[in-house]
Amino acid sequence: MARVLINLPARAKRGEIIEIKTLIAHPMETGYRLGPTGAAIPRDIINRFLCTYNGEEVFRAELFPAIAANPFITFFTVATESGEIVFSWTDDHGETQTEVRQITVE
Amino acid sequence: MDERSSDPPTRRLVLFTAAGLGLAPFAPPAAATPAAMDEAIRMLVGKATVKRGRVKLELPPIVENGNTVPLTVTVDSPMSETDHVTDIHVFNEKNPQPYVAAFDLGPRAGKAVVSTRIRLADSQQVVAIARLSDGSFWSDSADVIVTLAACAEG
Repeated sequence: MARVLINLPARAKRGEIIEIKTLIAHPMETGYRLGPTGAAIPRDIINRFLCTYNGEEVFRAELFPAIAANPFITFFTVATESGEIVFSWTDDHGETQTEVRQITVE
Repeated sequence: MDERSSDPPTRRLVLFTAAGLGLAPFAPPAAATPAAMDEAIRMLVGKATVKRGRVKLELPPIVENGNTVPLTVTVDSPMSETDHVTDIHVFNEKNPQPYVAAFDLGPRAGKAVVSTRIRLADSQQVVAIARLSDGSFWSDSADVIVTLAACAEG
C-alpha cells in the first residue's frame, strides 16, 4: 500500500464548496527512461483517479506519464450531506488503492 | 526472450509509427511535436472550434526543475446543473506524448479549479482545453521555460 495524504475539512456547512487535496506516493515511471543496461524501464504509472461522495462520482482524472512522481491532485466539491468521500487510484497493473474519509455537514 | 523484450512490442510499434509520422521517439533529445499536440486536440474536439478565454492556465513562466511543475486550471463557469464544465484536458508540445491529463467534473464540483504537478521535457507551450455542458470548447495556453528538463537524467 502506497502512502497517501488526503486533506479535506472534517466539517463543512451545507452547500459549502470545499477543497480536497490528494497525494499518493508513486514513482510514475514513464516508460521512456533507460535503465542501467540501456533497456527502457517499463512504464508503471497511476493512470486513473476517482473520487465519489456517498457513492456519487464527483471527480475523475485520467493521468499520463507527464504527471510528476507522487501524483498530487487538488479539486473542489460541494459539501451536500454528511457521509463518506472515497478516493481510489488505479495503476497500470490494474491494482486499485482505496481510501475513505468522513465528512460532517451541518 | 526475456520479459522486457517480450513485453513492449506495442510500444515499439507505437514509437516506430510515431517516427514514421515525423515524431522522434523519446530518447534523449525529447520529442513530440506541436503537430502531434494539434492532432491530439483535434481528436478531442472534432470539428468544433476552440475559443480562447474563460479558461485560465497557470504555470510558472520559468521552471528550474521540469520533473515537477505546478499547474492550475481555472474555468470561469457558474457550475450549475445547466451550465457547467464537463471536462478539462491538458496538452503539451514537446513531451513524448501530447496528453498530460484529463479531468472529468460536473455541477457537484462547485468550482471548476483543478491543480496538479506535471513533468516538462523541454521549454514549450502547454495548452488547457475545457468542454462546457453546452458542448463548446474553450482554451488557454502558457509558455514555460525549463532549465533542467524532466527525464534528463535518463
